[in-house]
Amino acid sequence: MRLLLTGAALSFVALFIVLPLGTIFAGALAKGAGVFWAAVRDPETLFSVRLTILVTVSVVAANLVFGLAAAWCITRFRFPGRRLLSSLIELPLSISPVVAGLVFILLLGDAGVFGRFLSAHGIKVIFALPGIILATLFVTLPYVARELIPLMEAGGSQEEQAALTLGARGWQIFRRVTLPNISWGLLYGVVLASARALGEFGAVSVVSGHVRGETTTMPLQVEILYNEYHFAAAFAVASLLSLLALLTVGIKKWLQRRAGGGRAGGGFTEGMAT
Amino acid sequence: MKRAGVLPGFGLTLGFTLLYLGLIVVIPLATLFTGTASFSLGDLQAALLSPRVLAAFRLSFAASLVAALVTAVFGFLLAWVLVRYRFPGRSAVDALVDLPFALPTAVGGIALTALWSDNGWLGQLAATAGIKVAFTPLGVVVALVFIGFPFVVRMVQPVLQDLDPAIEEAASSLGADRLQTFSRVILPQAAPAIVSGSVLAFARALGEYGTVVFISGNMPLRTETVPFLILARLEQYDYAGATAVAVLMLLLAASLLLAVNALQGRGAAAGGAHR
Repeated sequence: MRLLLTGAALSFVALFIVLPLGTIFAGALAKGAGVFWAAVRDPETLFSVRLTILVTVSVVAANLVFGLAAAWCITRFRFPGRRLLSSLIELPLSISPVVAGLVFILLLGDAGVFGRFLSAHGIKVIFALPGIILATLFVTLPYVARELIPLMEAGGSQEEQAALTLGARGWQIFRRVTLPNISWGLLYGVVLASARALGEFGAVSVVSGHVRGETTTMPLQVEILYNEYHFAAAFAVASLLSLLALLTVGIKKWLQRRAGGGRAGGGFTEGMAT
Repeated sequence: MKRAGVLPGFGLTLGFTLLYLGLIVVIPLATLFTGTASFSLGDLQAALLSPRVLAAFRLSFAASLVAALVTAVFGFLLAWVLVRYRFPGRSAVDALVDLPFALPTAVGGIALTALWSDNGWLGQLAATAGIKVAFTPLGVVVALVFIGFPFVVRMVQPVLQDLDPAIEEAASSLGADRLQTFSRVILPQAAPAIVSGSVLAFARALGEYGTVVFISGNMPLRTETVPFLILARLEQYDYAGATAVAVLMLLLAASLLLAVNALQGRGAAAGGAHR
């Protein structure tokens, strides 16, 4: 029985994880290492790498600040609407990425609510970098906050209260007491947010307009190459993203072990808005 | 507003949180609803009652449902094996379960398409059996299972870990065979987690874009899911039509999730009454 069940489970993993991964790396090297390197060093690909890094870093930094602020006010104070605020933060997780892109077009596109104002002032948001950043901000907004909120709730605020009575100022309390306690959870949230930000495809695809050499992030570059039948090149870029994904999964496992392994899995899924 | 704690920073952090959330999430989402409020009934009918729209909704809901059922079975199986059995590579398999979440959806999408297309490793095999996967509704289901099963594994795993072995031992000492122990003792305790996990998988599946885009082939009336319908309308600058479809999808998904939550709440209450 045991062998049968293990065999069935592992076949499922082979079918849905190992073989797809294998396809990516096999596809990347199908035409030899030369084609792989040429694809990776292609100027358009390098541009997409730079753009993806720029978007990921700025989005994750902003959502990191947001996550800290949200976790601080939600876990350290009691106020009406606290629960509503927590569920609003999780809302983006349950919204289709296409809809996430659509709302920014409705708001800021040429025909949108603020479209006339923006175009009169020569500001381009949709089909440009700001649109990509906005859509990615929307999609990755919950990740840091939802790691910190349960962590800080469970930790309680006694240590901070103690620091306060000993005369520490707000910023000192945060830096010397709060931050050391939440640093692993914070890192975990940042890893999850970065993975999602650099891989976001649906929402970015809607608002980017696929302007080559201007708004193509790495996932969009994969799509373009694939749709133009440059399969080896598409898989070459995809293999870089896959390596990052494997790294993410490894870091996640490592962080969980550090945290004591008490919470099996979790992180990506727990508490996702239902 | 009453402050329970004396710690500083309440006004600053709450103000920033509300401003940020308002600008990034609330105002953009509200646009969706203010847009539809100005529709007449005729507009709505025109936007929502075409065969193409109905076909897209049918496919999205059917494929997501089938995928959710498959993920319920295999997600539970995988969680069971990972928690109960020890085998070489278990830790690696456990870590790899998260890959569909960590992998950019476009990458997962082209990988599955290459794997299941007629000259792919598995597509060739399926073709000899006369089954076509890529560019059919079956391909959509495959993509949705890929993106959905980690939800079930990660929901069920902690529950199985926390099961008290004493109850199983009691069941078997009272004469239950292994199948009975499983169906009468283990499954009832794991069921809520399985349902929650597959509901999450279903919700994700309904709106999924990147994993599906390549493998579905995106043919109207045949393999076009709701997100692609929204996109198709956007590309034709039919913003009102796109909005109508998006709102309908959000409302259907939300009411479904609320219904499942309510059912589960009743189930949990009934379970509590027995104890």
